[in-house]
Amino acid sequence: MTILSKSLKKLTAFAAALLFMGTTSTRAEDTVKVGILHSLSGTMAISETSLRDVLLFTFDEINANGGVLGKMIEPVEADGASDWPTFAEKAEQLLAVDKTAAVFGCWTSVSRKFVLPVFEKYKGLLFYPVQYEGEEESPNIFYTAEAVGQQAIPAVDYLLEEGYTKFYLIGTDYVYPQTTNIVLFEYLLSKGIPVENIGGGIRYEGDVAVSAGNYTPFGHTDFQQIVAEIKDFAASGDACVVNTINGDANVPFFKEIASSGLSSEDCPIVSFSLSEDEFRSLPTKDLVGHLGCWTYFMSIDSDANDAFKANFQEWLATKAPAAVQKEGRVTCSPMVLSYDGVYLWKAAVEKAGTFDPEAVIKALESGISFDGPGGTVTTQKNHHLTKSVYIGETLEDGQFDILEVIPDVYGEPWLKGTFK
Amino acid sequence: MLKRDNHTEFLILAVVTSLLMLVPLLNAIGPAEGFLSVSAFQVSLYGKYLTYAVLAMSLNLLWGYTGLLCLCQSLFFALGAYMMGMYLMLMIGERGAYQSVLPDFMVFLGYQELPLHWKPFYSFWFAAGAVLWVPGLLALIFGFLAFRSRIKGVYFSILTQALTYAACLMFFRNDFTFGGNNGFTDFKDILGCDLNADATNRGLFTATVTLLVLTYLSTTFLLKSKFGKIQQAIRDSENRVRFSGYSTTSYKLAIFVFSAMLAGAAGALYVPQVGGVNPSAMEAAKSLEVVVWVAVGGRGTKWGPIIGAVLVNFLKSFTTQAFPDYWLIIMGGLFVVVVLFFPDGVTGLYRDAKAALNKRRAAASPESA
Repeated sequence: MTILSKSLKKLTAFAAALLFMGTTSTRAEDTVKVGILHSLSGTMAISETSLRDVLLFTFDEINANGGVLGKMIEPVEADGASDWPTFAEKAEQLLAVDKTAAVFGCWTSVSRKFVLPVFEKYKGLLFYPVQYEGEEESPNIFYTAEAVGQQAIPAVDYLLEEGYTKFYLIGTDYVYPQTTNIVLFEYLLSKGIPVENIGGGIRYEGDVAVSAGNYTPFGHTDFQQIVAEIKDFAASGDACVVNTINGDANVPFFKEIASSGLSSEDCPIVSFSLSEDEFRSLPTKDLVGHLGCWTYFMSIDSDANDAFKANFQEWLATKAPAAVQKEGRVTCSPMVLSYDGVYLWKAAVEKAGTFDPEAVIKALESGISFDGPGGTVTTQKNHHLTKSVYIGETLEDGQFDILEVIPDVYGEPWLKGTFK
Repeated sequence: MLKRDNHTEFLILAVVTSLLMLVPLLNAIGPAEGFLSVSAFQVSLYGKYLTYAVLAMSLNLLWGYTGLLCLCQSLFFALGAYMMGMYLMLMIGERGAYQSVLPDFMVFLGYQELPLHWKPFYSFWFAAGAVLWVPGLLALIFGFLAFRSRIKGVYFSILTQALTYAACLMFFRNDFTFGGNNGFTDFKDILGCDLNADATNRGLFTATVTLLVLTYLSTTFLLKSKFGKIQQAIRDSENRVRFSGYSTTSYKLAIFVFSAMLAGAAGALYVPQVGGVNPSAMEAAKSLEVVVWVAVGGRGTKWGPIIGAVLVNFLKSFTTQAFPDYWLIIMGGLFVVVVLFFPDGVTGLYRDAKAALNKRRAAASPESA
């Protein structure tokens, strides 16, 4: 679709939205306001819009089944616009003005860092659904996201089992890759991998390793030198790459890997930031055979997942608002963790018998389970989830062939410095 | 005539200032509900708009009155924010996630002790000074090199944008000791006052209004002075000014440094009211946004940048929530309309309307007289 026809479509959708404004409002006492805080514009929109869509779907699904405590969910949407001060402003508006019972949102760590003080000030409740670096445990945030121990560690365990002994770490220079790689560095050492078998460079502060891996800026395009280095590193035949490059910089990276002749058999690359949804806009052919690790894959064969996928598609076809893109939609881990988050919140509200965030947080801390599309998830006292981890191989069509399932992995945010 | 104009101008300023001061007043003693209630959220939100207004005024000094389209205003603003941010980070003390005297991101990056250049920022007054001299010094060095080489017009704009971009990339680096992409957040207090307290909010708002009024007064003073006249002459024809024997380089340099310090001061008041700063505050697009505010309000007018900054940001706040899917279309449409039909912005519209009214009166008066 061209940009012109896309914006034309948006324009007509906007006209339609204006026409129908005000006709859908229900009486206030029958509803409970819930916030959605994602970027619908700017660089993060391509990822975050999908989470907004799945949240709207989930609210409709719950409302169709009688709502929560007899009240219908009334979503309040705000656009964080990929701009962190805007995120902070919108979070405050959702809590102070709209008085939302819970907010679902954020993708980047920096957006979460900006809204965290706001949620603590207003004693609100935020559900955060995207894999992240840990090192945080706010009393007012629930992290349905994968912690490092639920993605990077299991993936490395798998590679160790497969007999790989050399690990090259590469990522974008921000806090998630930095943390993941330093934790992996400590973990690999504890597993008996010698320092010289860990590639990408290690920075020492005195005797202490403070940073491991090779880092590039956001949107980096020139990977020629790095790939040459990886090729040298992988010449022995028992090496693999752990990739925490973010977003569209993956395109030139994998292009360079493919053109260097390094195949997935020679040197598999496991990526933590590429899910089915990203493959809608990335060329998959360069990634075939490489690995992914998440707590959900669209290809999971279970009744719960089949029902979830079918219901989402049906909602897209029938009920989705005009602004939601309908064609070629897939499901992915951040979407499912958003979905799980809403149901966990619903269960906690019902257990607490009130929408009051403080009581709901208590209920969540007591341990609540939900059988989601990715298997059963259970809330923990430390505001993270116990859930199953899946390792998969990328296929031509942007799906994953599941190679291994590690059931019920505990979510631990404080891993740095724990592997000795 | 001039005297009377002066009079009206200061009357308007006094009225606007008192209206602005109603915000913290109503927040302190106003009702909790209804039309006259002002929440803590609104106080910090309006405070943020006003820091943007000062930023727009600082650009207006360059673009509107000296003819320099400067695209590194957001860099000066962010530098001011970072300088104040360093003080605020140190004031967190041991209340961070790692319970260390070091800021969280330093613990995380394995620092054993505070880097040397951080140490003076335990003092509020050092930070407050750095808010001015750090952007000022950068402007002095960069401006000296640029103006001495007689770089002007679009080349000056491109160079300033490149400078901003370079600084932004540098601040994104985790090993640059300024927190990388995550920047500074989760501040606790300023000068011993809890940043979550409403009274602190009101104080910051009042400080912002003060800065705004001071900026307005200094602009007024500057425009009336000989300095200001030369400044405007440079805008209209720099060569003539130079041939008349003035060193245009020093005049431009002086106003560039002054404008950078103003932007820095605005940034310093921005950071505690917004609750954080990261390198995206100095992205190239942010400087362009400031240009848009000034253009919408009216370039080269005293009220234009204030009106533009507040109006555009208010609309942004409103539309990102009321029409989250379409706000970019609305804002984009607005800018197109302004550029096509109101090249002098909102204040230009007012001036044209006034001129048209006077003309009609003048046409009608001969008969009555």
